[in-house]
Amino acid sequence: MNDLATTTTADRPRGRYDAGVLKYREMGYWQPDYTPKDTDLICVFRITPQEGVDAIEAAAAVAGESSTATWTVVWTDRLTACDSYRAKAYQVDEVPNTGAGTATPQQYFAYVAYDLILFEAGSIANLTASIIGNVFSFKPLRACRLEDMRIPVAYVKTFPGPPTGIVVERERLNNYGRALLGATMKPKLGLSGRNYGRVVYEALKGGLDFTKDDENINSQAFMHWRDRFLYCTEAVNRAVATSGEVKGHYLNITAGTMEDMYERAEFAKQLGAPIVMIDLVIGYTAIQSISRWCRNNDMILHMHRAGHGTYTRQKNHGVSFRVIAKWLRLAGVDHLHAGTAVGKLEGDPMTVQGYYNVCRDAVTQQDLARGLFFEQDWADLAKVMPVASGGIHAGQMHQLLSLFGDDVILQFGGGTIGHPAGIQAGATANRVALEAMTKARNEGRDIDHEGPEILAAAARWCTPLKQALETWKDVSFNYTSTDTPDFVATATASA
Amino acid sequence: MRLTQGAFSFLPDLTDEEIRAQVDYGLEHGWAWAIEYTDDPHPRNTYWEMWGTPMFELRDGAGVLYALNECRKACGNGYIRVCAFDSTRGVESIRMSFIVHRPDNEPGFSLDRQEGEGRNVRYRLHGYAADRSPDERYRADP
Repeated sequence: MNDLATTTTADRPRGRYDAGVLKYREMGYWQPDYTPKDTDLICVFRITPQEGVDAIEAAAAVAGESSTATWTVVWTDRLTACDSYRAKAYQVDEVPNTGAGTATPQQYFAYVAYDLILFEAGSIANLTASIIGNVFSFKPLRACRLEDMRIPVAYVKTFPGPPTGIVVERERLNNYGRALLGATMKPKLGLSGRNYGRVVYEALKGGLDFTKDDENINSQAFMHWRDRFLYCTEAVNRAVATSGEVKGHYLNITAGTMEDMYERAEFAKQLGAPIVMIDLVIGYTAIQSISRWCRNNDMILHMHRAGHGTYTRQKNHGVSFRVIAKWLRLAGVDHLHAGTAVGKLEGDPMTVQGYYNVCRDAVTQQDLARGLFFEQDWADLAKVMPVASGGIHAGQMHQLLSLFGDDVILQFGGGTIGHPAGIQAGATANRVALEAMTKARNEGRDIDHEGPEILAAAARWCTPLKQALETWKDVSFNYTSTDTPDFVATATASA
Repeated sequence: MRLTQGAFSFLPDLTDEEIRAQVDYGLEHGWAWAIEYTDDPHPRNTYWEMWGTPMFELRDGAGVLYALNECRKACGNGYIRVCAFDSTRGVESIRMSFIVHRPDNEPGFSLDRQEGEGRNVRYRLHGYAADRSPDERYRADP
C-alpha cells in the first residue's frame, strides 16, 4: 500500500494554496517516502474509515487534523515554515482479521510522524491536546484508536518523571527482593474514620506494606478527609511499631480544586505520611502539579487509573492504556494500576505485560505480541511501580509472580478483608504465600507448575493461608478479553 | 515481637542450606552480597554495621556462608541481614535483603504519643534495644 503512486501538491505552491477544499493527502499530510527522524514523535492509530473513504486519505486526515490542517486551504500557512508543522502519515497497513469475511469493518494501522517543534516542553496537556484533541471526533472516520506512541528522547528529557521511582521507593521502605503487598479498604463507602482506621491497622499488622483509599473516598458525609487522615496515621504508626517495618496508607487527596488538594497533601505531610494518592480523573495538569509537589516534599505518589476504561477498553476507538501509561510515566507518578491479567478486571495477559514493560523498562523493546509497536528509550527516567489490583487472591500467587516479577504491588482488597478468620489473617495469608513463592522461585523451582503444591506446603504450617486457599479455591474470572494485540506478522513499525 | 523486615520474615527462619540457595540465586544474577548487623533495627536505622565490605569478588555461595558464620560468632546477640547489591545502570541499589540471624529475645518498639494542636499527634517510635547502655549494647562487637 505504501508504494501507491501518489503525488502531493505541497511542493507546487500555486495550486496548493488556491482557495477551496483539497484532499488531505494532497496537502502534504501523506508522505510515503518519509523516514521519521530520531527527534520525531511517532503515533500509530487504528482507524476505521467511513464507507467509501480511502485508507490513505483517512490516514492523511488524521495527520492533518492532529497537526496544522483545517478543512479548507488557508493562505496564512504560507507565512510559516509549514512543512515542519505538518504531521506526516507515512505508512498504512491493513489490520489482520478485519474487513471482508470478518465481523469487523476493515481497520488500518496508520503511522504518523510529528516534528518536535509541535510540542511544549514538559506538558502532557499540550501533547494530548495535539494528538487526541480533535481527531477522534472527525466525521470521515467511523472510529479511531491511538494504539502506541514513540516519544523521542529529546522530548522525554523535558519531563522530570516519577518523583520517587521504584529504586528509591524500595530504599525508603527498606524492602527488597519481593513484591509489595497492599489492600484497598472495604467497604468503599460508609465507614466512619474510626472504623476505617481499624481496617487499616488490622491489614498492616497482619503483614501488608500498604493499605489504600479507594478512588471515590474523598471527603463525604460519612467520613471527613481530616478524620480519615488522622485515624489512618494512628493505624499506620501502630502497625509499624508491632512489626518494625516501614508501612503506609495511600491517602487519597483527590478533591474538587487544586487548592483543596494541596491542603490535603500538606496535612498528609504534616502527619508524616510517606505516600499520597490521586485519581486519573483529576486531569494531566493536576497530576503534573501534584507530582511536582511530591518531588518537593519527599512523598511517594500513587495513581489510581479511575475512569480509564471509558476510553481504553474498546479496541476500535479510544486510547490504548499503554499510551496512557507512557504519559503518566512522563507526567510523574510512582505507582500506577496496570492490571492483573488474572483478576476481575479487563486484561489480556500479554497486553498487560506490555503495560508493565512501559512502567518499568530502561528501554522498552518493540514487542508486537505485547502490543508494543515501538522501541522506547526512557532516557534514565525513574521507573513506575505497577499495581495489580482487582479480584486477586493468595491462591493465584504463583501466576502473579510469574507474570509480573518482583517490582509490582499486589493488592488484595476482598482477598484480605474477606478472609473468614479476619483481616489480619487475610493479610498474613497473602504475605506468607508471597514469601513462600518468592523463596521457591529463587531456589529454582518451576512455580508455574509447582505453584499450588508450594502454597499447599506453606498452608500446612500457616492456618490463615490454609483458610484462604479453601475459601477462594474456585474463584477465577475467565472471560475473553476485549483488548488484545493485533499485528502484522512481519514487523512494520519504525525501528 | 518478631521483626518482620526483609523478604522472608513471615517464613520459619531459613536454614543455612536455604540461605545458600538464596545467595546462589543472587550470584547467578551477578549481584554482590554484603553482611550487616545491628542491635537496633529501628525501621529508620538505615545503616546497620557492615561486616566487611560487599563481597564483589566472591562468586561462591559457600564463601558468603563462611563469612556469615564468622559474623554470627561475633555478633550473635543482634540481628544479621544479607543484602545483594546490583550495579546495573538504572538500579544501582539493593536487589535482595533478608534477615539471617535474630537475637533470642527481640525487644521490639514502643510507640510514644505527644498530643499537639487540634487533634494532631506526634508519634515517636522507640526501640527498647536503644535503652541499654553503650557498654551492654556493643559488648558483643568485635
